[in-house]
Amino acid sequence: MDDNSFDKNGKAGRERRKRNIALALALGGVVILFYLMSIVQWHENTGH
Amino acid sequence: MAVTDTLSFTRVTTVGDFFALLKPRVMSLVVFTGLAGIVVAPGHVHPLTAFTALLCIALAAGASGALNMAYDSDIDRIMTRTATRPIPMGHIVRGDALTFGWAISAMSVATMWLFVNELAAGLLAFTVFFYVVVYTLGLKRRTPQNIVIGGLAGALPPAIGWAAVTGSLSLAPVVMVAIIFMWTPPHFWALSLWRCEDYARAGIPMLPVVKGKRTTRIHIFVYTLLLAPLGIVPAFIGLGGMLYLVLSATMGFWMLLEAFATLREKDEEREPAAKRLFGVSLLYVFVPFLALIAEHLLHLPPLWT
Repeated sequence: MDDNSFDKNGKAGRERRKRNIALALALGGVVILFYLMSIVQWHENTGH
Repeated sequence: MAVTDTLSFTRVTTVGDFFALLKPRVMSLVVFTGLAGIVVAPGHVHPLTAFTALLCIALAAGASGALNMAYDSDIDRIMTRTATRPIPMGHIVRGDALTFGWAISAMSVATMWLFVNELAAGLLAFTVFFYVVVYTLGLKRRTPQNIVIGGLAGALPPAIGWAAVTGSLSLAPVVMVAIIFMWTPPHFWALSLWRCEDYARAGIPMLPVVKGKRTTRIHIFVYTLLLAPLGIVPAFIGLGGMLYLVLSATMGFWMLLEAFATLREKDEEREPAAKRLFGVSLLYVFVPFLALIAEHLLHLPPLWT
């Protein structure tokens, strides 16, 4: 394995950070989508 | 983690590697045909519901691609066309790709079930199952009819889109599925004509490997002969208008010409006609389906009601 993969500030560290940010954004997107879809369904079910 | 995986894993897996695992080009075609199903379906759904349905179709398609790459990583290493994929390159461990693929598949089907409807979720689950289990694990390495039967998975997105809006199926989405189903064999057989040696090296029984190029050319022509008239059917069942009829008939005729040129091709080394047919076949799905979407968005009347 590449020694750089253990370097927190090196290329491997930057890639890991990017991966974590992408994962956080994806999960955040899912949470927002679920929240908005719940509101849409609530509106449709109650006829508001 | 397998020993070979550890040895070939030479750098940190990037976001781009995971994105490549989703087969973005295949995904874009699936999203496009799924969008066509949503747009042309009668009735109305909240735009956010339509977006959720399309997102689920896209994610399930991407997840299926990831699972296909994981299960086929042994043959992907051998083939020139697929040797640069993330797993053969050692950028992603096979086990990670499997977890990624199955997790996203489950999430997309569950989301479709929760926020769209049961039929759309069921069709989406069936599509993933059919592509991964029936095609990738079952048919691909066993029969030259692999892409004919397996093509059903790639053909279903318009029906999923339609089901997401209406909660049911009818003749129109079945015809859309049939068009893509009939389009798949000539599209992939054209590719396999000039990638024949690649497939043979990997031991995949594609039609030109098993039955020879002559038989493949005849099969391509016959399927295209069936596809061209099928392509104009939406104009006669109240789905497409004049724009659709003209464009689908033109594209069908063009594809038939290229299929005929492929049938008569003598240059078996470079296969120029098959390469042209492959390019035209990509347009064949894009142009008529775009016409369908445009007609419905512009409220142009169907040719037949």
